[in-house]
Amino acid sequence: MSVPLLQAEDVLVQFPAPGQAPIRAVDRVSFSVAANETFGVIGESGSGKSTLGRALVCLNRPDAGRILHDGADPFALTGRAFRAHRRNYQIIFQDPNAALNPRMTILDSVCEPLEILGEATAAARRDRARAMMDRVGLSGSYAGRYPHELSGGQKQRVNIARALTVRPKLMVCDEVVAALDVSIQAEVLNLLAELQGEFGLTFVFITHDLGVVSHVSDRIAVMYLGKIVELGPAARVRHAPLHPYTEALLSAEPSALPAAMRTRERIVLHGEIPSPADPPSGCRFRTRCRFAEPRCAVDAPAFREVQPGHFAACHFVDQLTLQGPAS
Amino acid sequence: MNRRWRMLGERLSQVIPVIVLATIIVFGLLQLVPGDPAMTLAGEQATDERIAEIRHLYGFDKPFLVQYGTWLGHAAQGDLSRSLLSGERVVTLIGQSFPHTLTIVVLALLISLLVGVPLGILAAMRAHTRADTAISALSSVGVAIPNFWLAMILVTYFALGLGWLPATGATPLGESVVGSLRHAILPALALAAGGIAELTRQLRSALLEVLSSQYMRTLRAKGLSETAMICKHGLKNVGVNLLTVIGLLFNRLLGATVVVEAVFAIPGMGSLIVRAAINKDFPVVQGVVLSMVLVVVATNLLIDMLYSVLDPRVK
Amino acid sequence: MRGWLRRDLRAAVCLAYLAGLVLLAVLAPWIAPYSPTAQKGAEALADPSAAHWLGTDDLGRDVLSRLIFGAPASLYASFLAVSIATGIGVPFGLLAGLLGGWVDRIISRLIDTLLSFPGIVLAIGVTGALGVGLTHGMIACGLVFSPTLARLARAQTLVVKNELYVDAARCFGASTGRILLKHILPNAVQPLIVQLTLLLAAALLAEASLSFLGLGVQVPQPSWGAMLARAYTYIDIAPEQMYAPGFAILLTAMAFNGLGESLRDVLDPTMKRR
Ligand SMILES: Nc1ncnc2c1ncn2[C@@H]1O[C@H](COP(=O)(O)OP(=O)(O)OP(=O)(O)O)[C@@H](O)[C@H]1O
Ligand code: SF4
Ligand SMILES: [Mg+2]
Repeated sequence: MSVPLLQAEDVLVQFPAPGQAPIRAVDRVSFSVAANETFGVIGESGSGKSTLGRALVCLNRPDAGRILHDGADPFALTGRAFRAHRRNYQIIFQDPNAALNPRMTILDSVCEPLEILGEATAAARRDRARAMMDRVGLSGSYAGRYPHELSGGQKQRVNIARALTVRPKLMVCDEVVAALDVSIQAEVLNLLAELQGEFGLTFVFITHDLGVVSHVSDRIAVMYLGKIVELGPAARVRHAPLHPYTEALLSAEPSALPAAMRTRERIVLHGEIPSPADPPSGCRFRTRCRFAEPRCAVDAPAFREVQPGHFAACHFVDQLTLQGPAS
Repeated sequence: MNRRWRMLGERLSQVIPVIVLATIIVFGLLQLVPGDPAMTLAGEQATDERIAEIRHLYGFDKPFLVQYGTWLGHAAQGDLSRSLLSGERVVTLIGQSFPHTLTIVVLALLISLLVGVPLGILAAMRAHTRADTAISALSSVGVAIPNFWLAMILVTYFALGLGWLPATGATPLGESVVGSLRHAILPALALAAGGIAELTRQLRSALLEVLSSQYMRTLRAKGLSETAMICKHGLKNVGVNLLTVIGLLFNRLLGATVVVEAVFAIPGMGSLIVRAAINKDFPVVQGVVLSMVLVVVATNLLIDMLYSVLDPRVK
Repeated sequence: MRGWLRRDLRAAVCLAYLAGLVLLAVLAPWIAPYSPTAQKGAEALADPSAAHWLGTDDLGRDVLSRLIFGAPASLYASFLAVSIATGIGVPFGLLAGLLGGWVDRIISRLIDTLLSFPGIVLAIGVTGALGVGLTHGMIACGLVFSPTLARLARAQTLVVKNELYVDAARCFGASTGRILLKHILPNAVQPLIVQLTLLLAAALLAEASLSFLGLGVQVPQPSWGAMLARAYTYIDIAPEQMYAPGFAILLTAMAFNGLGESLRDVLDPTMKRR
């Protein structure tokens, strides 16, 4: 088997918290992403998705474990070599506005990556930037504008165009449509799908919307409080979940059928998501799990391969009968 | 109480590196002297022996760290060497000069508080009225006026013109309190202009901030008068803020006296350092700078301690 | 810009005054009625007249001409000191904010220490070491002002460096220098500009003080501070000699301060004085 494009090995990312133990935003997470795959990551707010995404593109350095790009640890590179390597792994952020320097014109922003790489002449760079803006559906008349003059959707297109100018291999999409109007969301998602084929991209697609992620992804990882609790092929995770948390997420999805005709009960997650600064002992999901038993408070369940390619972290994974999605 | 001690310990551990760095800077001043410092310090007509003596005195022939270590060792024992000009011990010179400077600074600080605080309160209470505008115009002048110029104006009218107060010189506080104050009042007034302006501005904006808070709006709704609110709640909340301003003001005044002393020919720290700087009397320059920075650091430490007494959150 | 000046009368007046002053400084040799050093002993300490609008000084030199020729010295001094303060303070502040860790700790301690010195006293010490003279005095003032700017630049950098566009630039492989120059500095610059303007006033006053003390401008070169020093020596016989240079300093300092405060109100609405 060829080397995966991206691997996470036991990755831990923590943030110092004054007067407390550090927050483990991403806690010992492992997975790999193959070339041309779309790898979905889903989880509630605060589960550590963004932190994971940032670690994947070297914006956060793992405090333990490793990120491997094409089988090699990018953090082993230094100085110029490290900076030159980064172009291959790009990220599109959740907030399209904050990702653009307010004091640079749109064209300057889109040109900047090529300028950093020192590719081509200034005129050629501008041509390529304009061509890329054109490709993502931005009219050339925006070139001289400043970010605050554009709508959210337009700004996200700028971010996408800017990232594409360096022809990355992998792109982390961190809730790229969450901040946009619903009417724009589908357009941007379709654009990304087109670009994937055209540029041979590999996506890590982060979202809190299971509907979005299960349609576009080949495989899905489900995160809860910094841990991956389930990981498997998209169709299996969606239709035959192994972990009680995934079950709850699926049942929370809006259903097409009226309540009376649904075959399954809606599982409501009780209580707030616990603070990542002070996660529950044993299984982190136990405070909200409908199957929790005393053992769950003591032992942390292992993350193991239950079926080929389908992993979950639950003590009772073989014994539970879970519901599929509300249909 | 325990917590307060810990805070004090923390503050001290921050102060020590500042003091160490300050001594390095003060000693490092010598490194700025262009060319051979021994020759420069000795002056143009110096004999070779004199140059050698100075070179030895400063240890210019040794590495910087050794020079610094020796100097610091002596300084820590209160030996700041001797003036190259008069041959007197620097510590003695500073001991004679500092009281004059301190008298003016403290008096100026008192005047600043006595005038600045009421003006600040008035400006806040009458915010956006004509009185407020007038006060703010005055404080713009106060901040920008060269204090030595103001000193000259005061001398012209109150000393030379009306003859109410002496134009020059100083009397030690120990000799005659009245005499000392008579000499100090004009310089202190000249210094205080900037202080009053600064205090008025800071107090006004701090009070307005407190007055616009939710808490104050509630009190106002309960029918408390504006004066009562300012006196009872505004000032209490601003008190801590005021301490910080006073700390900064003390630093500023200590610097500013240097120039004002020149106008009144007061034999204080200012006259000492200016004469020394012009004549390259480096032990004196270093001694004055060092003692002044130490006084500032000590004052700030004192203020921090007062802080922990006054600020209820620290308890 | 024009809208702002129309709305803010104070800013317009200060700017107009300063623009006029710069013009005066540049055109001094053509505008001034006499040479600033031409002495006419017979007319010493003359009262204002048609020939000498502001009278003459103790050596019979035309006060108005000296005042006009003092403008370039004072402006040069202010801008020199503030440029030096910027050149030292801003890079150190940016680096401390961006790099954090021990670099930040060392620079921050240094800032604290320098701010503990009474400014003018340290400036006199440095001037004494470098040797008296206007340029040396202003280098000293630049050093003394630099920690103020360093502290501000550091605080601004701490805010801006966590912006997503900085992360985006990092992802494209931007170097630290590029991030500082292209992303952090342009977004951190507004409060710095306000502070620079206020420092120009402080530098002007410092120049006047040093020249008054004989550590700055040397005779016979004219400067407002040196004119005051001269006026002081015969304050008992001709006190009116101190008014022209004094007011020149006062008004110019007020103009710098007024401009700075107006800039603060537009650029930094959170700092607005209520
Ligand atoms: N720079 C930081 N400093 C301190 N804590 C942080 C930092 N970034 C993230 N965290 C904490 O780490 C945890 C995970 O945050 P993260 O942003 O990765 O979650 P997320 O899944 O992306 O959430 P969302 O859906 O809200 O974007 C949160 O508890 C957050 O408070
Ligand atoms: S380990 Fe226990 S608490 Fe955790 S998911 Fe499984 S059953 Fe629920
Ligand atoms: Mg996120």
